[in-house]
Order: sequence, then structure tokens, then C-alpha cells
Amino acid sequence: MSEYFKPLPKPTAISEPFWSAARRHELMLQRCEQCKTFIYYPRPRCPECFSDRLKWEPVSGKGTVYSFTVVHRAATRMFADKPYVLAIVELDEGPRMTTNIVAPPESVKVGMRVVVEFDDVTPECTLVKFKPLEQ
Amino acid sequence: MSVKNKAAIIGIGELKPTKEPGNATPLSLMAQAGAMAIEDAGLEKRDIDGVLVGMAFGDPGILYPSAVCEVLGIRPRMLNQVDIGGASAAGMVWRAAAAIDAGMCQAVLCLTGDVNRLGEQRPPIISVAREFEWPYGNIGANCGYALIAQRHMYEYGTKPEQLAKIAVDQRKNALKNPLAFFNDKPLTIEDVLASPIICSPLHLYEIVSPMSGAAAFVMVGPEIARRAPHPPVWLLGAGESCSHSTITYARSLTESAIKESAKAAFEMAGLMPKDMNLICPYDCYTITVLITLEDAGFCKKGHGGPFVMEHDLSYEGDLPCNTHGGQLSFGQPGLAGGMSHVTEAARQLMGRAGERQVKNARFAFVNGNGGVMSEQTSIILERKS
Ligand SMILES: [Zn+2]
Repeated sequence: MSEYFKPLPKPTAISEPFWSAARRHELMLQRCEQCKTFIYYPRPRCPECFSDRLKWEPVSGKGTVYSFTVVHRAATRMFADKPYVLAIVELDEGPRMTTNIVAPPESVKVGMRVVVEFDDVTPECTLVKFKPLEQ
Repeated sequence: MSVKNKAAIIGIGELKPTKEPGNATPLSLMAQAGAMAIEDAGLEKRDIDGVLVGMAFGDPGILYPSAVCEVLGIRPRMLNQVDIGGASAAGMVWRAAAAIDAGMCQAVLCLTGDVNRLGEQRPPIISVAREFEWPYGNIGANCGYALIAQRHMYEYGTKPEQLAKIAVDQRKNALKNPLAFFNDKPLTIEDVLASPIICSPLHLYEIVSPMSGAAAFVMVGPEIARRAPHPPVWLLGAGESCSHSTITYARSLTESAIKESAKAAFEMAGLMPKDMNLICPYDCYTITVLITLEDAGFCKKGHGGPFVMEHDLSYEGDLPCNTHGGQLSFGQPGLAGGMSHVTEAARQLMGRAGERQVKNARFAFVNGNGGVMSEQTSIILERKS
């Protein structure tokens, strides 16, 4: 396995369950027990009702491409190796996520259905990406 | 209670943006622009008793305002750093007016400046962006604005040539501005569309170019304004709003907090978009201008594309827009890029815009935009007859 040079997340007390679930290839989100909102990224309190009663729940891993861009010239050398698809995916449960679409750039469209694809970039870190949903 | 008619811009100072800053520092450039603005206002340094300064990416630090005051030798009664990105300069206008109206100070020097030598993007200092954006390559503003433009095209059928037209009209303005960096040759829609795609659907010529430079203005209350050498430019309305930090988590990609900030500014001023004689919307990208036109109410939501094709945005057109060239042609010397919209509106209203002067300019709308369409500050300025 070649060395990985791109930036890695540093999990915090709040976000650690999200990243450990990703390592197990599970997509877990916080959900507010008071207003039932699903939350991404992990927060100290519900950004809707401000309750601190949040619990972790597995979600479907399915969503829709809300927007995307093919980055031809990255702002940093770390991503300059080849064009990549940066996307905002709207999960079926509601929240939007910044992610990558693992597919040929020319095939990606707004509104396209996608499903989670876990990318074990290092032994300690798994990034949450998406790929086209075969229907 | 409001900041309406409580303070006026009476002096401006601005350096021509450069790609070759030599050994200049942000503070050295700010000192230069600050001295110009104080002199332009007909004041002495000792008259300045308030200082608002924007963050310099080339000299980031905490406790920056006191350092600025020490370097300039100013003993302020009010000092602060305004940290709302590209909205900082517009944000300074109402903050200065509020401080003056509250009696905390009488003459506020508002300063921005930066030195840009790096081609490399610096890591975000916001921990959540480091954790949830950087690993996926959401780095730098190009990505965020590309995501916005793509979604706008999807929702409203906005076309690349419509966005390009904004850069083209603004270039026509820049040709009449000796201070603009790109002021030597016109731009066509074909030129813009033929420039390389940086982040789809954004072309190179739809994106600001980072530079070095500085800008400053001086705001005062009615008493000092009466003695000013140039016609004072009064703050008539102001509004501010912020909907997110990272665009992914905004309520919408295409509808910005300008809806709230512009509405508040127009309400305070008691005016409508159609009353404006010129507009200076923040333009880090062409899509930023398009969304500002829509959300500030110059056209219907989603109609920005056809609207810019139907209107002449040049200094001699029916909707003079960014008559200095905008940052797209003027250049973006850090937060002084965002101040260029304020200085240009002031210059026009004072009647000092030279060959690009908009005739009988009385009301100007300025919008400052920070981050990726996050912080929004709208202001309306007036030259009293
Ligand atoms: Zn809640």
C-alpha cells in the first residue's frame, strides 16, 4: 500500500463515534432525541433545537448528489495529482455531507442517486465517500 | 434607533494591487493607504480616535488592532478587528457609524491590506473544516463557489456565457480605472469561456486573482463631516446576516443571507433596489455577483442569468456595477479587495471617478460577502445634494 499524503481528520470527543463507525464500514449519524433531526457533522448540541440529548444511529448510506465540482486545479499540492470529484451529498435522512464521488468525473450529475463507499485510506482512517447507486 | 445618517465616509486611500510586493508587509501597505485616507479626509493623524482593521492573511495574529495602532502611532478610544472575510470592509462602515453615534469616538480609520506571496493555500484554522472538509479536498474558495454555480445552473438553467458577461462588463469598467490591475485590454465572453476550467463549471477568468495591496477610509460624524474637503458619503442603511461557515451546511446553495442583509439595509434607508444609481456587489467570482443581484432584489430569484444579458453593467450602462472593475479586474489584495467596493462607491458619490464617473450618482448599494457566501453585509450610501 502506497503512503497516503492527503490531510486526515483528527477525531475529537464529539466526532470519535462517527469515525470509529466509518472504520467498521458503518455510517452513523447523531440524532436529536428531542426534535428527531439527523445531524452532520457531529455537534455538541442539536443545531435545530439546541438539545444536548443526541444519540448515534445507523443510517441508510443512500443519498443524492446535491452539487459537485470536478477540481482540475486544486488549491493545494496535496490534491494536485489528478482531477477529483468534490460533492455535496444530501442523505436520505436529511443532512448534507461534503464528500467525494468515486466515479468517472464525466458521469457525475446533480440529482444522481449514490450510496456510501468506505475508503480505508490508512489503517487508522476510513473516509466516507459515495459511488453511483446501481438500480 | 439606527445608524442611518449618523456618519459619513470623508476620505479614502487605496494602493494599486500588485503581484510583486517585494519586501512589503501588510502593515507597511496599510500605513501607506491609511496615511492617504487621513490626508484625503483633510485630517491629521491625531484626529483619528478609532481604528477598525481587517485580518491580513500574510500577518495573521490575535491582538492585531493594537499592533496596527502602535505601528501607526495612534492612541485610539475604540479599536477592533473585524473578522467577517470579504464583508469586513462593509461591516466596518456600520460599526464605525455605531461607535461614532454612541459617542465612543469621532473619527474612525478603517484599514485593510495584505501581502500575498504564496501560491499554496494555507490550512483552515477552523477545526471543523480541518476535520470534515480538508480530507475530501474541499480546500479554498474555488471549490465552494463551483458547488454553488453548479447548483444554480441545475436549479435555474443559468448558462456559462451569462456568468461570463459579468466579468466582461466589469473589465470594460477597469479599462477606465488606472488603479485596476487588469486595465490594459478588453475581455470577451469567448475569452472567458476559453480560459481553463479550474473547478467545474468555473473558468479562470471568473475567479479573482490574489494580490498585494491595501485600502483605507475614514468615517466621521456630522460635525467633522461639515468641514470635509470632499462631499461626505453618508451611511443610509445597513444590514448584516450569516447563514453558515461551510457552504455544505447552508440552508441553500443558491439563496444567500443577502436576502436578509439587503432587505434590512433597504428598509433602514427607506429605498428600493431601483433607486440605486450604482451598485458594488462583492465579486470574488461571477456567480457571487449573480446571486447578489437576485437576493438583493435587483431581479427575481433565478433570473440573474437573463438579467445580466439584458442590462449593461458598465459605468455608462443602465445598471453601473463595480465601476472600478470589481475585484475580478481590480485584483484581490486580501480584505482590501472587499474594501475596493466601498472605496469605489465613495469615489463615485464624491464625483471623483474620472472617466468612469456615473452621472448624477446619489445612491449606491454595496454588498460585502465573506467566506463562501457566508457573512453578508449590505450598505446603502448617499451623497446629499
Ligand atoms: Zn433537536
